[in-house]
Amino acid sequence: MVDLNVMGIRPLGRVSFVAVVLGVLAVLLSTGVQAQTPGLNEAQDTRYHQLISELRCLVCQNQTIAESNAPLALDLREQVRRQLAEGRSNEEIAGYLTDRYGDFVLYRPPFKASTALLWAGPFLLLLAALWWAMRWMRNTRAPVVRRRDIDEAAVQKLLAETRAALAAQDETKT
Amino acid sequence: MRFAIPIVVLLGLLALFAVGLTRDPREVPSPLIGKASPAFALPGLGGTPPQLANADLKGRPVMVNFFASWCAACRNEHPLLMQLAKDGVEIIGIDYKDTDAEGLEWLTRHGNPYRVVAADAQGVMGLDWGVYGVPETYVLSPEGTILFKQIGPVTEQAWREKIAPLMGRAS
Amino acid sequence: MLAELGHFALILALAAALAQTLVPAYGLLTRNSRALAVASSAAQAQFLVMLTAYLCLTYCFIDKDFSVAYVAANSHSELPLIYRISAVWGAHEGSLLLWGLMLSGWTLAVSIFNRRLPADLAATVLAVLGFVSVGFLLFMLITSNPFDRLFPVPLEGRDLNPLLQDPGLIIHPPMLYMGYVGFSVAFAFAIAALITGKLDTAWVRWTRPWTTAAWAFLTMGITLGSWWAYNELGWGGWWFWDPVENASFMPWLAGTALIHSLAVTEKRGLLQSWTVLLAILCFALSLLGTFLVRSGVLVSVHAFASDPARGVFILAFLAVVVGGALSLYAWRAPKLSSEGELRLFSREGLLLLNNVFLVTACFGVLLGTLYPLVIDAFSLGKISVGPPYFNAIFFPLMAPLFVLLGLAVFTPWKRGHLGEGLRRLRVPALFALVAAVAMPFALQGKSSLVIAAGVWLALWTLATAPVELIKRLRSKPTLLAGLASVPSSTWGMTLAHCGLGLWMLGVVSVTGYGIERDVRLGPGGEAEMSGFNFQFAGVQESKGPNFIADRGTVTVERGGRTVSTLEPEKRLYPSQGSVMTETGVDVGLFRDLYVALGEPIDKENIGGDWSLRLYYKPMIRFVWLGGVFMFAGGLCSVMDRRYRLANAASPVRTATPAGAMA
Repeated sequence: MVDLNVMGIRPLGRVSFVAVVLGVLAVLLSTGVQAQTPGLNEAQDTRYHQLISELRCLVCQNQTIAESNAPLALDLREQVRRQLAEGRSNEEIAGYLTDRYGDFVLYRPPFKASTALLWAGPFLLLLAALWWAMRWMRNTRAPVVRRRDIDEAAVQKLLAETRAALAAQDETKT
Repeated sequence: MRFAIPIVVLLGLLALFAVGLTRDPREVPSPLIGKASPAFALPGLGGTPPQLANADLKGRPVMVNFFASWCAACRNEHPLLMQLAKDGVEIIGIDYKDTDAEGLEWLTRHGNPYRVVAADAQGVMGLDWGVYGVPETYVLSPEGTILFKQIGPVTEQAWREKIAPLMGRAS
Repeated sequence: MLAELGHFALILALAAALAQTLVPAYGLLTRNSRALAVASSAAQAQFLVMLTAYLCLTYCFIDKDFSVAYVAANSHSELPLIYRISAVWGAHEGSLLLWGLMLSGWTLAVSIFNRRLPADLAATVLAVLGFVSVGFLLFMLITSNPFDRLFPVPLEGRDLNPLLQDPGLIIHPPMLYMGYVGFSVAFAFAIAALITGKLDTAWVRWTRPWTTAAWAFLTMGITLGSWWAYNELGWGGWWFWDPVENASFMPWLAGTALIHSLAVTEKRGLLQSWTVLLAILCFALSLLGTFLVRSGVLVSVHAFASDPARGVFILAFLAVVVGGALSLYAWRAPKLSSEGELRLFSREGLLLLNNVFLVTACFGVLLGTLYPLVIDAFSLGKISVGPPYFNAIFFPLMAPLFVLLGLAVFTPWKRGHLGEGLRRLRVPALFALVAAVAMPFALQGKSSLVIAAGVWLALWTLATAPVELIKRLRSKPTLLAGLASVPSSTWGMTLAHCGLGLWMLGVVSVTGYGIERDVRLGPGGEAEMSGFNFQFAGVQESKGPNFIADRGTVTVERGGRTVSTLEPEKRLYPSQGSVMTETGVDVGLFRDLYVALGEPIDKENIGGDWSLRLYYKPMIRFVWLGGVFMFAGGLCSVMDRRYRLANAASPVRTATPAGAMA
C-alpha cells in the first residue's frame, strides 16, 4: 500500500492549506480593486463589494444585488452601504436582511442543521469514495504465495512418487 | 449488493422531483410570520391622516395591502378588495414607492377600499416588512402579530381558504 | 400547409422510431436476423422524416408564418434572417425538435459506421436509441407540438427573446445538444453490454470514439455558453453556477470521468461495470438537465417557459429510461467481471482516482443545485445556493485532480514505482513553483497564496502535458519521423490536457487580478483604470432592425495612443418591452477591456451623465481558449487510426482476463 506520508503533505498541513484556500478564495473571488464607494473607507469598500456580490436579488432572482438594476436591488445596495458606514459587521448586515427576507437572500447558505448535509456532503462522499476505491484496489491484488506456506514434506513426497512412476514407465518400455 | 445503490438513489431523486413539481421556487415566504409586525411611521396619502403608525393597527384583525399606481397586477385584486371593504373587512393601504398625486389619482379611478392609506414613497416600510414586489398583503392579529402573507394578488381562493379564517370571518 | 406536413412528418418519425425499437427487440428475442436488419433501415427512414419536419419549421420561420403558434411566439417581421433561422431552437418546442433531429442524426451515423459490428450488438444499440427517440417524439406530439396553429392569426410575432439575438445563439445550443445526444450513444452501448453480458475489445473500440466525440462537442457547447453570457449579460462574468449551467456541467464532469474510465477498460479490461454505470450516468444527467430546465422546478436565467405538465412527462420519461437502465444494471452488472490487479500506483490506479474526484465534484454540483428543492420539499423554508458555495466546494475538489494529472503522465500502466515517479516530476514541479511565485509579481505587481497555488497548478499541468508527446518524438531519429509516428490519440491527449492548464491560468488571472470600476461620467468625462484612459463621449439614440438603442461612445487610450473605440448600448426591443445591455469589449489575447452602460443619472436626459461599469479582465480569453483546445484534443483522439482499422477488421475478439492488449 502507498504510504501517505511519502506523498509529502502531512494531514495537518493539508487541513490548514484547505482552510486558508477557502478563506482567501472567499475574499478573492470577488473582483479585485474597485472605485471608492462614497462614505466608506478602503476596507469597508472591499467588504461592500463582496457582500453585494453574495446577496440575491429577490426581483430578478438570477442576479446578485450587485448586478441587478431592479429598484429593490438599488435600495438594498444602499442599505448595505449605509450600514457598513455605520460600522456594522458583515454578520449584522446579513442578519438584518435575513430577518426580513429569510435565508433566500443569501447566496452563501448559512451553516445550520438543515444545511449541514449540503456543506459536508461532498467531502464526506470524497472520503467514502477514496476509502472504497482503496479497498477495492486491494481486493484485486493477486494472492501472493509465500515460501513458508508451501508444505515442503508434501512436495518432496510428490516428487519422489513422480520419479518412481517415471522410472517404472521407462522399465516397461525397454 | 452494491449494484442496486444507483437505482435506489434514482428512486429518491424521482420522489424529490415529484414533490418539487408542486412547489413554486420563485416564491419567497416571509420570515416574519408569527412575529410582531415591524414598527413604522408614515405620512398618510395626500397628508390625511398626518401620520399612520404601528400602534394604529392594533385592537382588531386587519389586512395591510401594499399597492402602487404603476402595478398592473394590483388591478387584478382590486375588485375583490372593494367587495371585502363593503363587507366590513378592514384593509389598510400602503402606497409603495409612488407619488401622492399618482396614488390618489389611481384610487379615484379604481375605487378606494382602504380605511386609511399611508404613503411609503421611499420603500422604507416595505424593506422592514420584507416586501419584494407588489401587490403583497399581510394579515395582522389584534395584538399586531403577522399571521399570514399573501404574495401576489389576493385571490378568491386565498381569501376563502387562508385569510378569512384568520380574521374570524366565515368566507 | 407546411406546418401540417411537418406535423405529419413527426408522426411518421414516431412510426419509424417504434419500428426501430420494437422490430429489432423482437429479432433479438427470437433470433430473427431479418428483424434485426430492420433497425438500420428504420433509423435511416427516421432521419429523413425528422429532417423534413425540421426543414418545414425552419421554412415557416423564414417565411414569417405567424399562423404557427411557435413562430408567432418567437419571431418578428423585423427579425434578421439569421436569427429567424436560429430562432427555431430558441424556445422549448423547437429546441426539442432540434434535439430529436440530432438524435436521429447520430443514430443514422451509428447505423452507417457500424456495419462491421456484430449484428445483435448493432441492433441492440439502434433499438435503445430508437426507444429514446420514441420518448422525445411522444413528448413533442403530446405536450409540445411546434406545429400547433394559432387562430386568429396575429399580425405581428412576439419576437425572439432579445437575449437570444446574438451570434452565441447560432452555435451554442446546437453544440450543446450534439454533446447531450452523443452521450445517448454511449448509453445505448452500455445497455447493449448489460443485455449481452459481455464487454470486450470490440465494444470498447466502438464506444470510445463516440463518447469522446460527444464529450468534445459538450465541451465546446459549454465554452460557447460561457463566452456568450460574458458578451451578452453585461456584468463581465463568465460562469454563474446557474442551475442550467450546472445542468450542462454535470454531464461534462461525468463524461470526462467516462472517457478516462474507457481508457482503462480499453487498455486492461478493468473497471467494466463502473464504465457502464458512468455511461448510464452521463445520459441520465443529460436528461436530468432537460427536466430541470423545462419543468420550472428551479429558478434559472434560461427563458424556457416552464410548465409543470411538461415536467411530469419528462419526469416519467426519466423514470422509465434511467430507471429501466439502472434496474438492468442492478440485475446484469455482476456478469461483467473484470479480472486483473489494479494497483494504486499505476496509470490505471491514478485514473481511478481521477474518476473519484470528478464524480465527487459532479455530486457536489448536483447537491448544490438540488438542495433548495430538497429544503423546500421538506417544508424547511427557502434557501439559495449560489457561487460562494459552488466555488468553495469545486476548487478544493479539483485541485488534487491537476496534481494527479501530472503524476499520471510519469506513471506506467500496470505497475509504477512511487519513488521513481516523484523523482522524475521534481523538475516540472520546481519549475512551476518558481514561475508561480515569480510570474504574478513580475506581471501584476502583487500576488497571494491562492493565486500562486492556482498558477502553480496551471503551469504544472502545462509542463507535464506534453511529456508523452516528447517521449514519442525523441524515440525516432529525426523530428519528421517522430511527428509521423505520433498517433492522433497522443496529440489529442496533449492538446486536451494543455487546454486544461490554459483554462486554469485564465481562471486564476481573471479572478485574482480582474478590476471593476463603477463610475459616473458626463460627455467629455474620463476615468482611469489599470493604466488605461477611458474617455466618454456621451450617449446618442440609434436604431436597429427591431430595436431602439441608446449608444454610448467610449474611447480607450493608453500612453497617448488610442487603443480602441467601444460602443456599449442599452437596447429597447419594443415588441417584448425588454431592455438589453450590449457591452463594448476590446478583445485581446492577454486582456479584455469591457464597458457596460448602467443607467442615465437623469432619466429624461440621455445626453447627460451616465453610470458606467468598466472592467479590466486579464487573460479571460484563456478560459475559452482552454475549452477550444480541449475540443480540438477530443476530435484528434476520435480520429485515431486504431478506430478506423477496427472498422475494417472483421473478427470480434474477446479480451483475455489479464488484459493482454497493446
